[in-house]
Amino acid sequence: MASVRLDGVEKVYPNGHVAARGLDIDVADGEFMVLVGPSGCGKSTALRMIAGLETPTAGRVLIGDRDVTALPPQERDIAMVFQSYALYPHMTVRENLAFGLRMRGAARPAIAERVEAVARPLGLDAVLDRKPGQLSGGQRQRVALGRAMVRDPKVFLFDEPLSNLDAKLRVETRAELARLHRRLRATIVYVTHDQEEALTLGSRVTVMRDGVVEQVGPPMEVYRRPASVFVAGFVGSPAMNFLQGDLVAVFGGDAQRGPVTLGIRPHDLVLTPADNADLIARVDVVEPRGSELLVHLRLGADGQGQEIRVVAPPEPMPPVDSVVGLHADRQRLHWFDTTTGKRIE
Amino acid sequence: MSRARWGTVAIVLLVLGSGFPLYWAIVSSFTPEARLYGTPSLIPRVLVLDHYRALFTQREFWVPIRNSLIVAGSTTGFCVLVGGLCAYALARLRFRGKAPLLGLILAVSVFPQISVVSPLYLLLRRLHLINTYPGLILPYLTFAMPLTVWLLVGFFRQLPAELEEAAMVDGASRLRTIREIVWPLAIPGLAATAILTFVYSWNEFLFALSFTLGPERQTVPVAIALFRGQYQVPWGQILAAAVVATAPVALLVLAFQRRIVQGLTAGAVKG
Amino acid sequence: MPGGERRRAASAEAREARLAWCLAAPAIATILLVALFPLGWTVWESMHLHDLRMPWLGRSFIGADNYVEAVRDARFRQALGHTLLFTVATVTIELGLGCTLALAMNRAFRGRALVRAAVLVPWAIPTVVSALLWRFIFEGRAGIANALMVDVGLVREAPVWFIRSGLVWIPVVLADVWKTTPFVALLLLAGLQNIDASLYEAARIDGASAWRQFRHVTLPLLRPAILVALIFRTLDAFRVFDLVYVMTGGGPGTSTEPIALYTFNTLLQNLRFGYGSALSVIVFAVVFGLALGYIRFLGAGLTETRG
Repeated sequence: MASVRLDGVEKVYPNGHVAARGLDIDVADGEFMVLVGPSGCGKSTALRMIAGLETPTAGRVLIGDRDVTALPPQERDIAMVFQSYALYPHMTVRENLAFGLRMRGAARPAIAERVEAVARPLGLDAVLDRKPGQLSGGQRQRVALGRAMVRDPKVFLFDEPLSNLDAKLRVETRAELARLHRRLRATIVYVTHDQEEALTLGSRVTVMRDGVVEQVGPPMEVYRRPASVFVAGFVGSPAMNFLQGDLVAVFGGDAQRGPVTLGIRPHDLVLTPADNADLIARVDVVEPRGSELLVHLRLGADGQGQEIRVVAPPEPMPPVDSVVGLHADRQRLHWFDTTTGKRIE
Repeated sequence: MSRARWGTVAIVLLVLGSGFPLYWAIVSSFTPEARLYGTPSLIPRVLVLDHYRALFTQREFWVPIRNSLIVAGSTTGFCVLVGGLCAYALARLRFRGKAPLLGLILAVSVFPQISVVSPLYLLLRRLHLINTYPGLILPYLTFAMPLTVWLLVGFFRQLPAELEEAAMVDGASRLRTIREIVWPLAIPGLAATAILTFVYSWNEFLFALSFTLGPERQTVPVAIALFRGQYQVPWGQILAAAVVATAPVALLVLAFQRRIVQGLTAGAVKG
Repeated sequence: MPGGERRRAASAEAREARLAWCLAAPAIATILLVALFPLGWTVWESMHLHDLRMPWLGRSFIGADNYVEAVRDARFRQALGHTLLFTVATVTIELGLGCTLALAMNRAFRGRALVRAAVLVPWAIPTVVSALLWRFIFEGRAGIANALMVDVGLVREAPVWFIRSGLVWIPVVLADVWKTTPFVALLLLAGLQNIDASLYEAARIDGASAWRQFRHVTLPLLRPAILVALIFRTLDAFRVFDLVYVMTGGGPGTSTEPIALYTFNTLLQNLRFGYGSALSVIVFAVVFGLALGYIRFLGAGLTETRG
C-alpha cells in the first residue's frame, strides 16, 4: 500500500475548459478518501490523473514517494473500478480476473490460485466460466471489484462504482466496501456525486467545486463545520437553509462586520407555538417521510417570505396554512461571509 | 387505407421493383439464345446451361474472376490493415492535427476518380505498371483507403473507451491493449468494413478500364462491358456473366446484411 | 540521470501523440501518394500543352489556355448540361421515392429481412452489370419493357429507346433509380428509427394530425439524414461514368455524354492529356465546391435541429 499526493495539479483541456486548478490532495497510506462534488467539479478528472489516464498540464502526482506524473497507467501499479465496470465482454469472468496478473507476467498456476482466492469471498466461484453478458448487475459489480483486488495494487481507484446499482443493492454494497477497506487496509480514492455515500464511506472527504478543493476533512467534521456556503449546501440532506439580511439579527448576527449569511440545517430547527418564537412562518407543504416530517414553510405570518425547510417529528402533523413559530438551536448555527462565502468562526 | 396496409403495399412494390430485373436477368441467362429475341414470356419454358458453358469454355471467364479476386482482395487486405491502424489512432488517441487529418480523408473520399486518371496513367506507365495487378491495386487505394478509414473510425468510436482504460490500468501497454482488447472486439466492424471495401473494389470500372490493356488482366466489370462484339450482342452470355459477377458480392452482402446496414448508415444517423 | 530526465520530458501525452502518428502514417502516406500527389499533377498538366498523339509539339507551359478552350468548347458545355440533367433528375426521384419508402417501412415490421435483401442486392451489383441489365430490358422491339408496355396498352407500337436522343434518358435514369433508391431509403429509414417514438405520442396527445406530425416532428428531425443522402447522391450522380459508358456509350452521337465520359474520351481516346487534365480539374472543382457547400449547409441544419 502507499500514499497518494496531488501537488499543485492543474488540468486545462485544449478547448480551454479548466477541470482542475491548483489541486493539493493528500491521501495517507491505508486511507479511504472520497472525492465528492456536483458533476463537472473535476473529481473524475482528478481520479483519472491519479490513474494516468489524463496528464496534468501542471503539478505533480505522487504514489508512495515516487513521482508518477509522466508514467503511463500500466506502470503505476494501481487498480480502478469504473462506473460501467468495463468488464472485457469477450472474456470469461475467470479471464477478466486473471487479465491484470497475466499482463504482469505471473505464472499460470499462481494466477489460477489467486483468481480462486479472490473469487470465493466475492461469491463468484460459480460463475467463473461465464461471460459478463450473462451476469446480473450485482455480479458484474463484484467481478469489477475482484479484478481490482486480484493484484494487490498500491492504490484502489473507484469511479462512481455504485451508480449503476438499484437502491437496495447500493446500500448493501456500500457496507461491503467499508468492510473490504477494513480487511485490506487499502489506500482508496473514491469518486462520487452522492454526498450521503461520501459521508458513510470516507475516512476523509474532499469536497470539490469547479476544479478547486473546497474542504477536506473527516465526514462528521465536514458536516458539522462546513468551510463554505457551498459545502454547507452540498453536504447534508435535506439541504441547509440560508438566511440573509434583517433576519440574521434575530440570531445575534452582527451587521457591522459586513454582510453575513446564516445557515441552519432543517434538523436544527424546531416547530413551536407562534408566540415567543425566533421566527414566524406559514406551513406550505408537509412531506411525511416515515420516521419524520419534512415541512416546507414560508417566513412571515402572511406566508410571503423566503422558503425554509424543517425536519419535524411525525406527530403532531402541522396543518397546511397554519402559522407556526420556529426555534433554532443556538449551538448549531453556521455563519458565513456573504461576499467570500467562507465560514466565520 | 390504414397506415400499416399502406406500408405493406410500399414494401411489396419495393421488393417487386428491386427483384423483377434480377429475376429477369437470371431467367434470361438460362434461356436459349434463339428464344431471347422472340416474344418474351414472364415464365420460362426452356432452361439451358449453354451460356454458362460458353462463358467458361470459349471466353475463359475465370481469368477476369481471378483478376478481380486478386485485385479486390489485395486492396481490401491492405486497406483494412493499414487503414485500421490509422482509424484507431483517429478514433481514440489524442494528438494535434487530428481534425485536419479527418478533414483530409473526408475530402479525398469525394475526389472524382476522373480527376486523377491521367496522372495515375502517366505514373503507372513510368513505373511499367500498366496492365499489372499492382497497377490496379495502387489506384484502387485512392477510393478504398479513405472509405476504410472513415468507416473504421466510426466503428472504433462505438467501442467503449473504458475497456481500453481498464486494460491499461490492469498493466497492458497501448499496443497490447490493441491486440488483446480492441482487436477481438473490433472484428465484426472490421469484417463489415472489409466486405464494403471488397464490394467497391470488385465493382470498380473506370480505373480497371483505363489501366489494363487486354483480357489477361481485365477485371470482371471490364470483361463484361467489352463482351459486345462488332455486329451482335451476345446477351445470353452477358447475362450469365452478370449473374456470375454479382453472385459473390450479393451473397457476401446478404450474409452480413445487418452489420453492413449499420456501417452504411452510421454516418447518416449521427449526422 | 540523463535517461530519467529524458523520460520525464517525454510525457504520456507526447508518447500518445507519437504512437498516433506512427499508426496513422502509412495510411496518410498512401493517401498523399495515390490521391493528393496525382491531383497536384493534374493541375500542373492542365496548364501545359501535352498531346500524346503530337509529341513534336512539346510540352510547353500555356497557362490558362486549356481552360479558355474548355469554356469555348460546345461539346464540353453540352456534357456539363447532360450531367446536370442526370443529377437533378435522379436525385429528385431517388430522394422523393426513398423518403416515401422509408416512411412506409418504418411502420411495417414484417418481412424486414426480405426488405433488407431487396435493398442491398441492387446496391451491391456492379454498375456495369445493372447498366447492361437495363439495356437488355429496354433493348430492341423484343425487350421485356416494350413487351409489357404493349401488353398493358401503354403504347401501341414499341419505341426504340437507344437511338432517339430524348427517349434514351429514360432507361438511363431508370437504371440509376433502380440501383440507388433502396440505398437512399435505407439511409432515411435509419434516420427515422432514431426519432424517439414518444415524440409522436406527445404530438398525438397535443392533437396533431398525421400530416402535422410529419411536418413538425418527422421532417425537422429527419433533416440531417436527408442532407447526408442528398450529399452522397449528388456527388455520385455528378461523377456518373460507368452507367453511361456501358449503357449508351454516350450516344446516340454525344447526346448522353456526361462530363466524366467526355473527360475520359479526351484523355484516353484522343490522348490530349493537357486539355483532359483541365477538364478533370473543372470536374474536381465543381464536386469539391458542391461538397463544401453541402457541408456548410449541413452544419447549419444540424445546429438548427439540435436547438
